Amino acid sequence: MVRVLIPSGALGLGYDRDALARGVACKPDIIAIDGGSTDSGPHYLGSGTSKYSRQSTKSEWRELMAARAEANVPLVIGTAGTCGADTAVDWLVAITQEIATETGANIKVAVLKSGQDLDAMTAALEAGRISPLDPAPELSTEVLKGCTNIVALAGAEQIQAALATGADIIIAGRTTDTAIISALPLARGCHAGAAWHGAKIGECGALATTSPNSGTILIEFDSEGCTVIPMGETAQATTHTISAHMLYENSDPYILIEPGGHLDVAGARYVSLDETRVRITGSKWVPSHRYTVKLEAARRTGYQTVSLALVREPRYVAHVRQWSDDIIAKCSAKVRERLDLSAADFTLELRLIGVDATLGDLETHIASSSEVGVLGVVTAQSQSLAREIAKLLNPYLLHHPLTEQEEMPTFAFPFSPPEMDRGEIYEFCLNHVLELADPMEAFQLTTLEMAG
Amino acid sequence: MTKLVEIVVKVRSKNAGPFWLTIDIFCGSAEAFTRVSSGLATGMVATAFKIEQQMIKRFELEELHVIKFSLPRPYVQGTLADRDMHGASYSTLLNDIEI
Repeated sequence: MVRVLIPSGALGLGYDRDALARGVACKPDIIAIDGGSTDSGPHYLGSGTSKYSRQSTKSEWRELMAARAEANVPLVIGTAGTCGADTAVDWLVAITQEIATETGANIKVAVLKSGQDLDAMTAALEAGRISPLDPAPELSTEVLKGCTNIVALAGAEQIQAALATGADIIIAGRTTDTAIISALPLARGCHAGAAWHGAKIGECGALATTSPNSGTILIEFDSEGCTVIPMGETAQATTHTISAHMLYENSDPYILIEPGGHLDVAGARYVSLDETRVRITGSKWVPSHRYTVKLEAARRTGYQTVSLALVREPRYVAHVRQWSDDIIAKCSAKVRERLDLSAADFTLELRLIGVDATLGDLETHIASSSEVGVLGVVTAQSQSLAREIAKLLNPYLLHHPLTEQEEMPTFAFPFSPPEMDRGEIYEFCLNHVLELADPMEAFQLTTLEMAG
Repeated sequence: MTKLVEIVVKVRSKNAGPFWLTIDIFCGSAEAFTRVSSGLATGMVATAFKIEQQMIKRFELEELHVIKFSLPRPYVQGTLADRDMHGASYSTLLNDIEI
């Protein structure tokens, strides 16, 4: 039997301290927590930074380090610093060193890096070792050169290598959400299908229970299946909450693809053991012929400046689309003329908040509202240029009339200046897998001794 | 004819990675599941998203009373044209489909 304690769905999200204490009292064999995902967008991978506040991360990590010391088992974090890029791993390593110093802890730390260098990626692409998933953006050596960060998603094998160093704490770069949970049960010979299925259930902490905010969940793995045990005082796992979790953020509710194979839960059986625990059996692990790891990358696509204006006058609200289309046409022409730019050098967009800003051309419900927010979005190849263009937009957002023959209107700017620089803009540019001859080939494992 | 949102417990959409969107329709009962399963054609979802029906994967999870659709994201997450980073608002496109 292997017990994996999962404090919450992600470091920095918070958890119920009593639930964590209850989990530690259950004598886990490992504590595993996820540090991120792509869900917050390409900025974090593009810039190699964390979404969560440093102070909040440090405070939770300190508590988890204390829980680890009390349980005297390894603590592993995957996808450190939201994106799992090498700089985000270094950020959490530095936080760990600070805590060790402040608390006088002597710990061994294994650091698993998932960052890929350009030369290795170019060679892999030319050797045909990078294959597209569906739908895949166009990939070339030029695209690779433009990436600010490329990471490979580590699986159970790389986490097992880190565990084998005997480290107290493992700080891993990009990993699959599940690998940090499945690694130890798999290494100890637990049922492979159950190891991955239980990991998928546990990867969001208590989200698969009736009390998602309690955070902490414990999963017991054995040779035949796994048992899901929520740690929140009133949290319950039911066959419904557990089986429904396979739907979550997963395009296929029966299949989960991992490095080295896939999980198939079509034959899984869910049984309530009592009011809080659910037993899972019958899940299947299907090994693949090739060992592949998924790649993620982000590249810079420009710089942005946004402006916000509010239209409240009823006649303008009623004709706001006509008004904004006219601004786009006139302002774009002025930008081309004044700044000597071509249409390809910039984009200028006005999103109408209160009309269709969320769904764009898919919107079918055009309701009338008393006011409309006008979000100007300017993108160009430098911040100064984006700001210049946004400044040319300013007089239109302030005073543009619906017709030539009317008194000059004035709209509401909530801020001075109305322009806000958004900095560098990134986009995800890989949906591909990389074939490896050896699971460790694309990853770097090092160990550090930290002394308090 | 009744609107989908009035028959089911919840329609949820979410990213499944940066390139896919997944929509879960929680019907809440066997009756509602049967009604939605037979009344909500995949083509209706394709129309709402202005895409070809073949691009949509459909799953019927009878035990859970859930019907699930997965499709390539209308815009890749976080690109200039994307307006909903987590993809959670796309579910509203299905609310008013008449069953």
